Amino acid sequence: MKRNTPVSMLSLLCLGVAVTACSCSSVKAYQKNRLNDSEMELSARKVQKFEQSFQLYREGGSGANGGKSGGGCGCN
Amino acid sequence: MRKIYLGVLALYMSILASHAQTTQPVKDSSNYQSRQLKIDEVNFVSGYYHQTGNHSAVTGGMGDETLTDFANTLDIQLSKLTKNGYKNTFQFELGIDHYTSASSDKIDPNSISSASMQDTRIYPSLNWTRSNEKTGNAFGLTASYSHEFDYQSVGAGLNLTRISANKNTQFDLKVQAFLDTWKVILPVELRPLGYGSGSGKDDNRPVDNKPRNSFSASFSLSQVLSTRLQAMLIVEPSYQHGLLATEYQRVYFNGNFSTGVGPDNDIFNERIESLPGSRYKLPIAVRFNYFLDDHFIIRTFYRYYTDSWGIRAHTAEIEVPIKFTSFVSVSPYYRYNNQQGTRYFAPYGQHSVNEKYYTSDYDLSTLTSNFVGLNVRLAPPNGVFGIQQFNTLELRAGHYMRSTGLTSNIVTLAMKFK
Repeated sequence: MKRNTPVSMLSLLCLGVAVTACSCSSVKAYQKNRLNDSEMELSARKVQKFEQSFQLYREGGSGANGGKSGGGCGCN
Repeated sequence: MRKIYLGVLALYMSILASHAQTTQPVKDSSNYQSRQLKIDEVNFVSGYYHQTGNHSAVTGGMGDETLTDFANTLDIQLSKLTKNGYKNTFQFELGIDHYTSASSDKIDPNSISSASMQDTRIYPSLNWTRSNEKTGNAFGLTASYSHEFDYQSVGAGLNLTRISANKNTQFDLKVQAFLDTWKVILPVELRPLGYGSGSGKDDNRPVDNKPRNSFSASFSLSQVLSTRLQAMLIVEPSYQHGLLATEYQRVYFNGNFSTGVGPDNDIFNERIESLPGSRYKLPIAVRFNYFLDDHFIIRTFYRYYTDSWGIRAHTAEIEVPIKFTSFVSVSPYYRYNNQQGTRYFAPYGQHSVNEKYYTSDYDLSTLTSNFVGLNVRLAPPNGVFGIQQFNTLELRAGHYMRSTGLTSNIVTLAMKFK
């Protein structure tokens, strides 16, 4: 049961995204004033880059957050 | 160090000066768009990080983990339009970190200062991206380099963007490769006869150099879900190969080996860290950003992570920007991480001598962590402090608590000039 956890998580995630993507309505350019707010940017903030770096070094998990995924040691 | 900082300051000031000259208002009522190379924006980010703890991997999972890091990056984005509706964007980034580490000083505790007690890392990178102004589709290439005392890295990358006709769906692909070389520094008592310290100061005896190569591909899909909600799915598989263990980190065992190591062949219960020469990683993440009303926005992030060393992790983040005005926001944030550690981890003195791979690095152990902080953002229409080109000022501070006892604080300042 435990071995299936990653597969189950992935399936659940894909299902969730597929359902939400299918349920979306088409939004016109003139309706995007709220989405264009600078706080609504989907990428991580530039000011977060160093905290993403230290989290990369202090934890085993990394990636998929816009932070770096290689290059440089980070072994201290 | 002072020379480096002064150099960076001089470069920064000269960019600002040239920026001031290139962005003089041009009174032109036609639709003419300049095809000259122009500066789009300049970003300066500076951060100070300090941590304390008592599980240093250099001393086998016991010992001072105090570390400070002063990190700075400066990036300049320039662009040029072509006759046929394309935009060439060039982004140059220069990063300089300077750290001091109490644990690294224990590589050779008998010396006044060991090879890696403090170090400076310099990492320039250059990205070129060609985008279609009409469709938003883009293609780009990146080259990067990183240098520190015992570690060099050369990187290359490719990025691709495809946007749907209604601009509600965006697909991004980013492929990266890093070819690294590591100078192998060993704990003083575990160095074979004739093996150098690596410092180049006290001896010229040789040390080994070993490769560590990393390859990753990031696939992300962004989707507008409503006039208030947008989401992003990111999958970023990666593969590492080479020396993945940190060979100046010690491991102490629960018994003695039949043969010793070190110049006198007399160390029986101690080895350098040993980990597999390859590692597959698979993080999958989603972001949802929701515009609640004119004063509140909700930013969320969740990531599931798994790798071939047996690490599994769940990471969740929430940040709620509170907009006092359109140009001033304060955002409290919280991040939770729960990690099942690698199968190769055991604390000080608990590894068996029969094990092939072993580490006492608590970064790879089973742990939970909490990170809480505040982000303040100022972006007034007439510029920060009334300086028109000073577009945005952000100050971010956070406190990190790990279940292994490690705590840290980080403060970051980001300035954007346009």
